[in-house]
Amino acid sequence: MEKFDKVISTAVPLPNEDIDTDQIIPARFLKATSKEGFGENLFRDWRFDKDNSAKKDFVLNDSTYSGSILVAGRNFGCGSSREHAAWALADYGFKVVVSSFFADIFKGNALNNGLLPVQVSDAFLAKLIGAIQTDPSTDCTVDLNDQTISFDDHQEHFEVNSYKKECLLNGYDDIDYLVSIKDKITAFEREAITI
Amino acid sequence: MGKTLFDKVWDAHIVHQIEGGLDVLYIDRHLIHEVTSPQAFEELKERDLPLFRKEKMVATPDHNIPTKNQHLPIKDALSKHQVDTLLKNCEEQGVELYGLGHPFQGIVHVIGPELGITLPGRTMVCGDSHTSTHGAFGAIAFGIGTSQVAQVMASQCLLQAKPKTMRITINGELKQGVLAKDVILYIISKLTAAGGTGYFVEYAGSAIEALSMEARMTICNMSIEMGARGGMIAPDQVTFDYIKGREFAPKGEEFEKALDFWRTLYSDQEAVFDKEYNFSAEDIAPMITYGTNPGMGIKITENVPQHLGNGSQDSFLKSLSYMGLEPGESLLGKEINHVFIGSCTNSRIEDLRIVADYVKGKRKAKHVSAMIVPGSKQVETQAKAEGLDQVLAAAGFELREPGCSACLGMNEDKVPAGAYCVSTSNRNFEGRQGPGARTLLASPLVAAITAVEGKIVDITAHLN
Repeated sequence: MEKFDKVISTAVPLPNEDIDTDQIIPARFLKATSKEGFGENLFRDWRFDKDNSAKKDFVLNDSTYSGSILVAGRNFGCGSSREHAAWALADYGFKVVVSSFFADIFKGNALNNGLLPVQVSDAFLAKLIGAIQTDPSTDCTVDLNDQTISFDDHQEHFEVNSYKKECLLNGYDDIDYLVSIKDKITAFEREAITI
Repeated sequence: MGKTLFDKVWDAHIVHQIEGGLDVLYIDRHLIHEVTSPQAFEELKERDLPLFRKEKMVATPDHNIPTKNQHLPIKDALSKHQVDTLLKNCEEQGVELYGLGHPFQGIVHVIGPELGITLPGRTMVCGDSHTSTHGAFGAIAFGIGTSQVAQVMASQCLLQAKPKTMRITINGELKQGVLAKDVILYIISKLTAAGGTGYFVEYAGSAIEALSMEARMTICNMSIEMGARGGMIAPDQVTFDYIKGREFAPKGEEFEKALDFWRTLYSDQEAVFDKEYNFSAEDIAPMITYGTNPGMGIKITENVPQHLGNGSQDSFLKSLSYMGLEPGESLLGKEINHVFIGSCTNSRIEDLRIVADYVKGKRKAKHVSAMIVPGSKQVETQAKAEGLDQVLAAAGFELREPGCSACLGMNEDKVPAGAYCVSTSNRNFEGRQGPGARTLLASPLVAAITAVEGKIVDITAHLN
């Protein structure tokens, strides 16, 4: 996994609430057996009409907005456990998703792929969206080490599990760790009553 | 202090605890399917890691398979490649696989319970969010992403933060025509699509205890639709009777020994939950959804609301616009062209019986296309043995072969753009059943009546 430290970038606003993983990547694009190329179909049915032409009113087709930070409405990533949603966002070029609430499985999947979910207050989210919409060149800074997100003169602290933070900063993942404690796991299997 | 059912099972599976409050949780059974496993197998190959406990894995293709002519090669090249990849991976690595045509094949959450793989007190995972289904047996079961599928393959463990606990108690007696699906749609409409996020839910109360195992599975299945990682129900005699004699369930003395353990799996009287909700069974009526998340549900006779709780009005109106509905509108009388009965929520034999029982001697409306997809080969075989296939065919319903089908529109079973589909599945997200498709979630009974009437009706008027 790539190391994550600090991101300074303009941001893309997508204020819809309850954005589910079927919107992020529709099921019909889950037929691949590798992790690559999902960015092409990110938000497929919001981005393109049925003739595959870009829908002008969708934010990813609006050249006013760009950057590696996606700012979305609350309950982002609800629905299916498909990790393809995190792969699609990362493959498209996003490094951070900001929302006031994330679905559990999506949050875990994002962290396992070096895509940082930053949960902020509703008030901060509204201010951030407002600032980007007023001035799309607004830079937003996400500092994992300090666990802060800031823009203009606003700043907020965000939570991240300390173990996952270490993993992100160093580019480790859970497999490395779990495989390293195989002896403990084997001992557990011997001692615990599992059926 | 007493322990909740969830605490008992979770704590018994902690291998190790690390800084930051994460538990290394041991996983007793790992179910895999064709869509979320290939990248995990690949990950292990790249790292030159073997499967740690292949005997604790079971595989079946379900999401991306046709529901017609399963004996023929899969036509869609990408789908064929994905299913073949599962076969190849399982064969190479020695994983038990129930492929197309196998008498045990089916939707992963249907076959686990019916084969006796799902047992009380077990931890179970699968790269699919509806793994919550298995919680109906008092197991801790939840969906995981593909990175985690690889972790379980490599170590039989996961690193997890322990979720908070929630209990939802429903006491009383359900009214005629109110099924488990209505109960869970009602709960989600009250708690919203995010109301359970961060929690593991236990369903309790006399209305839950009165349900069959299949009905309990329908309830636990949709826990994820309110954001909860999983749902559980304490095992009881109904559970034990269901398990007894199943293919992989403990037998003889082993079964008796297991029973002693299973009987300890309940929430202690003095156990404290982080959150509690109480509902009356009598308040629940046949439900239907009108929007684009499962929290947007109403009693079938109610009008679409003017707004949705504290949610953004903009998102609410966008959702209604997608559905072609107006705030305040009644759904009664709305013409429906598609009815889908199936999915891991409602594709078991009891669901098929409910449908067949209602449509017997009736005929679907001419303009309706009604598809019914059994959850597994065993369900299909049982339905045929009971003659349900004849009843359904006579009523104009098309009985397909098992798979996830139009629940997620991954194969060719799709609902056309703009069309309404009353569906027994679990998600009404935009485009879920096909680009532009408009899904209204409901029980198998509501679906059956809608197919016959050709429109949404107050079903209570159609019951004996």
